[in-house]
Amino acid sequence: MTIPISPDVGAAATAIRPRTGVWRALLRRRLALLGLLVIVATIGAAILAPWLTPYDPNEQMFDGLTLEGAPLPPSAQFWLGTDLLGRDLATRILYGARTSLIIGIVANGAALLIGTLVGVTAGFFRGWIGGVLMRFTDLMMAFPALLLAICLAAILQPSLWIVALVIALVNWVQTARVLYTETSSLAEREFIDAERTLGAGTPRILFRHILPHLLPTIIVWGTLGISTTVLLEATLSYLGIGVQPPTASWGNIIFENQTYFQAAPWLVFFPGAAILALALAFNLVGDALRDVLDPTQRGQA
Amino acid sequence: MTAAPILTVSNLTVSVRGEEGEREVVSDLSFALQSGETLCIVGESGSGKSMTSLAIMALLPRPAARIKSGTIRLGDTELTALDEGRMRRIRGDRIAMIFQEPMTSLNPVLTIGRQLMEAIEAHTALPRNEARRKAIEALNAVRIPAAESRLKQYPHELSGGMRQRVMIAMALALQPDVLIADEPTTALDVTVQGEVLELLRDLQRENGTSVILITHDMGVVAEMADRVIIMRHGRMVETGRALDIFARPRADYTRELLAAVPRIGKGREGGAAGGATGFSSQPETSRNVAEVRDLHVRFDLHGGFFGRVDRRVHAVEGVSFSIAPGETLSLVGESGCGKSTTAKAIAGLVPYTGGIAINGRDLASLGAAGRKAARRDVQMIFQDPYASLDPRMRVGDLVAEPLVIHRIGDSDERQARVAALFERVGLSPEHMDRYPHEFSGGQRQRICIARALALRPKLIVADESVSALDVSVQARVLRLLKDLQREFGVAYLFISHDMAVVENISDRVAVMYLGQIVEMGTRDQVFSSPGHPYTKRLIEAVPVPEPALRRVRFARLDSEIPSAVRRVGDAPPKLRLQDIGGGHLVAA
Repeated sequence: MTIPISPDVGAAATAIRPRTGVWRALLRRRLALLGLLVIVATIGAAILAPWLTPYDPNEQMFDGLTLEGAPLPPSAQFWLGTDLLGRDLATRILYGARTSLIIGIVANGAALLIGTLVGVTAGFFRGWIGGVLMRFTDLMMAFPALLLAICLAAILQPSLWIVALVIALVNWVQTARVLYTETSSLAEREFIDAERTLGAGTPRILFRHILPHLLPTIIVWGTLGISTTVLLEATLSYLGIGVQPPTASWGNIIFENQTYFQAAPWLVFFPGAAILALALAFNLVGDALRDVLDPTQRGQA
Repeated sequence: MTAAPILTVSNLTVSVRGEEGEREVVSDLSFALQSGETLCIVGESGSGKSMTSLAIMALLPRPAARIKSGTIRLGDTELTALDEGRMRRIRGDRIAMIFQEPMTSLNPVLTIGRQLMEAIEAHTALPRNEARRKAIEALNAVRIPAAESRLKQYPHELSGGMRQRVMIAMALALQPDVLIADEPTTALDVTVQGEVLELLRDLQRENGTSVILITHDMGVVAEMADRVIIMRHGRMVETGRALDIFARPRADYTRELLAAVPRIGKGREGGAAGGATGFSSQPETSRNVAEVRDLHVRFDLHGGFFGRVDRRVHAVEGVSFSIAPGETLSLVGESGCGKSTTAKAIAGLVPYTGGIAINGRDLASLGAAGRKAARRDVQMIFQDPYASLDPRMRVGDLVAEPLVIHRIGDSDERQARVAALFERVGLSPEHMDRYPHEFSGGQRQRICIARALALRPKLIVADESVSALDVSVQARVLRLLKDLQREFGVAYLFISHDMAVVENISDRVAVMYLGQIVEMGTRDQVFSSPGHPYTKRLIEAVPVPEPALRRVRFARLDSEIPSAVRRVGDAPPKLRLQDIGGGHLVAA
């Protein structure tokens, strides 16, 4: 039963494209590769901090201050200079990477998860469930995030994990709102109807057909969220309800030293640059990932 | 005819920059438009016909598309050399354009009057009340009743046909020399299409406007054209007087195009599949694949105090029919008549009241699992194949999906079955790894057909499944559907607004109007001796691809089709169907 190929089969002759792995496609993009390197380097630095630096992050060194008690600028001994208490800045940034990565990845990841769950559930099922969820989201949005964080942190005993939890509970709102809109318009699309006529159940439609379409948005919000959460942690630290000193985090290094910005600019510049580099790296990888995962971007007919 | 042409296009080449470099979409096109004539540019999608019109208007999508070479002269003015400011003065004033979709080309947040007056004031120095008078005049000219009160209305308050008339009024308000109409009636119902075409013809006669009509519909061409240009892949294939083109087409492509056009009265040679001819309208009930009894679908509209339900859309009102194995029942009607809603109710996409039985099992009496099993026998093919395929999945996975959902076979068996299906619908199994966007419209619809066939259903609901396809592709897909019916004995519920296509494929036909069936019978009964005035009107409205048989006058409907939205408690009266012989049912 061989039927001749119909004449409206246009450019039929080209061979099957090999299924390239996501990794390989990602590594082929130069910017994404750069971003990955920065992320790997940051993670490596956080893990290997004790071996990378001769100092202890909390050690207040006598030779770390000038005779007048001012911090030292970058030098051969202290690569990135020292802070107001004579601690080595490079060491504090290395150790601070641990805190900031946990906040940026765990807290942000949890926020993303909550946001996705709420947004997709509300957008797909709508009805009273959707109504309740979205009104709650609106309420959270209207409530000042910082005030909420302060309340939560005051009730719970501050520690790194509590700070991560607080940030997650504050930061899911935007994601939920955006995904709600997108899901409800996706659910109206004809191919979802087509799936239903095939007999596809709700889990299949949600996980196989709706979620893949939301992936680009989730990735964008996830990468944007990293810098937001790292900075939110810094704010909380500044208010005394974040990571407790002397534990270093990139955010609290900046806030501890911001008043001396003009006298000792390196104290703000280096941790700031670290936050920027990490956020940028995640953005680059996220962008590339979004393109690589989108099949409609390839081989436009 | 010897006077200087009003618009001359010579050696026009338009190119579009894409990923693979520059591509010519219009190549070396030349034509001249005489004053007062109608020139039809005909072609299938991708033929460059719309690009030509955009090039004339200097509205090519920037920066991707540009005029590579050639000249466009309006009278003595060279349009390609004009800057944007001078071109703007010509647009609307001397060349006007009407687009396909009247809803998207009118601004939804401005009143009709505001938009009309804006168009007038942009080109003249008329004072406000003069502009207003002129706007009313323009609406009167396109025969919009109660023109003055319409000025205050917003686009969404008007029907599609009315909106297109407003667009025409806007285009003609300044009495341009040239009117470019790009598929002006494609988005409209047939009966409305007839009215709009006639209006265009009248206005042209009154004002002596030259018209460039861009269309894919040979029926429209026959109705309107003085001269015709046939385009394909950006090149002119043939040009000539309309009568000559239809009577003696020279190019092979023109002949193909004309042959592919579905014509009423020529559907017979295709033959009905599965020996279904001679069916009476009410075959015995026990063996029917689908049995629909007194189907109602109503949608609540919330409004008023605290979002109370105050009005309902009566989409489907007491529709009953049955479909025997291997036969094709067509539901025809114009937009809003409830034909698609009926299809969706049968496919389980909208809640309904009344009875739907599949293979003799009433769906209402079954549990969720039983319903899922029963639904296996009913599959659906949608109008827009691109919208109905998940763009992020490979087509092979899409076709295999129904098998996965219903747990049929292991992955190797499924793979083999999908490959066989691909071959059966005329696609190469090698393409299973591709994504939907890598295929053409016709190929995508073949993928949808393969997908619907995967479960070996007894009934396939085809909702306007060929309406979005080019005629030549449409003809091939229709042939495929018929072949598959003969091979698998599947029955079709074929939903369409296109009478010619319906005549081509159906065994039986049901005509719907405002949610109810007004006539039902075998194809021959309905088409040869239509009993209901609405059926007659529908058949009459189809443009005949034969310029010699041009209709003299199309009966204009004075009032619009009434709305299916009604207040709660105000159900429409139920029509009674009478048998006028041989199972031919007509509403009294």
